Amino acid sequence: MRYSALKILKEGLSGNKGWKPAWREPEPKTEYDVVIVGGGGHGLATAHYLAKEHNITNVAVLEKGWVGSGNVGRNTTIVRSNYLLPGNQPFYELSMKLWEGLEQDFNYNAMVSQRGVLNLCHSDAQRDAYIRRGNGMRMSGADAVLLDEAGVKEMCPFLNFDNARFPIKGGLWQPRGGTVRHDAVAWGYARGADSRGVDILQQCEVTGFQMDNGTCVGVYTSRGSIKAKKVAVCVAGSSSRVMEKAGLRLPIESHVLQAFVSEGLKPVIPGVVTFGAGHFYISQSDKGGLVFGGDIDGYNSYAQRGNLPVVEDVCEGGMAVMPMIGRARLLRMWGGIMDMSMDGSPFIDKTDVPGLYFNGGWCYGGFKATPASGWCYAHLLATDTPHEVATAMRLDRFMTGRMIDEKGMGAQPNLH
Amino acid sequence: MMINHPLLGLRDAAEFVYLGDASLINRPDRDAPDAAAAFYEYLHLRDNPAGTHRELWYHEQGDRSWLVVTRNTLTHDIESVELASDVARQQGRDV
Repeated sequence: MRYSALKILKEGLSGNKGWKPAWREPEPKTEYDVVIVGGGGHGLATAHYLAKEHNITNVAVLEKGWVGSGNVGRNTTIVRSNYLLPGNQPFYELSMKLWEGLEQDFNYNAMVSQRGVLNLCHSDAQRDAYIRRGNGMRMSGADAVLLDEAGVKEMCPFLNFDNARFPIKGGLWQPRGGTVRHDAVAWGYARGADSRGVDILQQCEVTGFQMDNGTCVGVYTSRGSIKAKKVAVCVAGSSSRVMEKAGLRLPIESHVLQAFVSEGLKPVIPGVVTFGAGHFYISQSDKGGLVFGGDIDGYNSYAQRGNLPVVEDVCEGGMAVMPMIGRARLLRMWGGIMDMSMDGSPFIDKTDVPGLYFNGGWCYGGFKATPASGWCYAHLLATDTPHEVATAMRLDRFMTGRMIDEKGMGAQPNLH
Repeated sequence: MMINHPLLGLRDAAEFVYLGDASLINRPDRDAPDAAAAFYEYLHLRDNPAGTHRELWYHEQGDRSWLVVTRNTLTHDIESVELASDVARQQGRDV
């Protein structure tokens, strides 16, 4: 069923009796060409692009809970492609281009809103770094505009420009960045994959991997065993837990990242704004809530809730750069579990186990990567070669010394 | 979270800096023939369990001692706290 304005009109005139569920609830088959473990944004995007771009439709997506119940429903909805390193930036720019055409591609309203992302700078050295970053972005085909203090003032007059310690000197602005309705991304990809024949199996937990002479030939699940020519794991946050069942140890720690939303307000913030002197980023949702976040709590956790010191730290960052938010009341806060990799960059790669593929390590940058992650993972699964923008995202890069150390901080996940 | 420091009693976790898995105490032998592989595993790979986890915390805003904290990563409950130097000594290290 295609969604369109005409369809809404027709259904409106006929009592809305013709709407069908957006995807089926099939029983598991005994065998698939590809089994994707994890029904989050990345897993569903992978299924969608496998079916649409590679015509591989005998595919199942296995989800322990319900579709989109993990980090795709817990993030702060920001999309951007303002990375620096050649191993990263072309990948995120591909993602940005896919975001721009996403709603037409899967015929679903994901509320893609390119309202701009502004990174503030507070010193001459930081401005130099942003000039370099902006040039790196433009070399990949992305857009980047360097703003001086007057330019930032015109866009965001409410910021604290005269902070004695961190005065605002300008910013790097990506007009094409913005926000996307996160749940709708999962639902749209699920519907797109399902309409092409992919089975989405909810309440289906993978309990182990079927091995035959060292090759992965399927999975054991809470709904029976399922054979597969290829098994693609895509469970960021729980990667170590799932891959341990296949005997793999990963360069990943799981950490909790908190997010916050205020009560609904009239429009006050034009786009996404990030503080350059602390870790604080904020945007305003279409409902009016200020959505913001900051650092990870900084210790291993699977608890999906954080502690108060980070709440204080995030709110201090907010008050330093944007004192007006002190007038707003905090409505909700929650936590999500991140795969923190050792260099802060992700993995899309085959594993040492034939038939077993891995996608994870997204740190807190997974949401914006959703389309390109699915696109490149589908490419890897279909062709057994990495996509050209994901060649650096290898699992063995710490062994070979080819880290993608975007922040220049080395092998310490609690620093990224 | 409150960490029950063996010498100082209950302290706020915010006074500490977190390093990670306590197996980082066991630095590999740099002269061993397989040192490159051993250091790769030591530096980059983690068990990352959901449940009981032994980990290193540094009391930066306190007495600057290193602690081995046994903590549940699902509930954040702390089961036990030891001085890292005691743990290293028990393992035969000369500290």
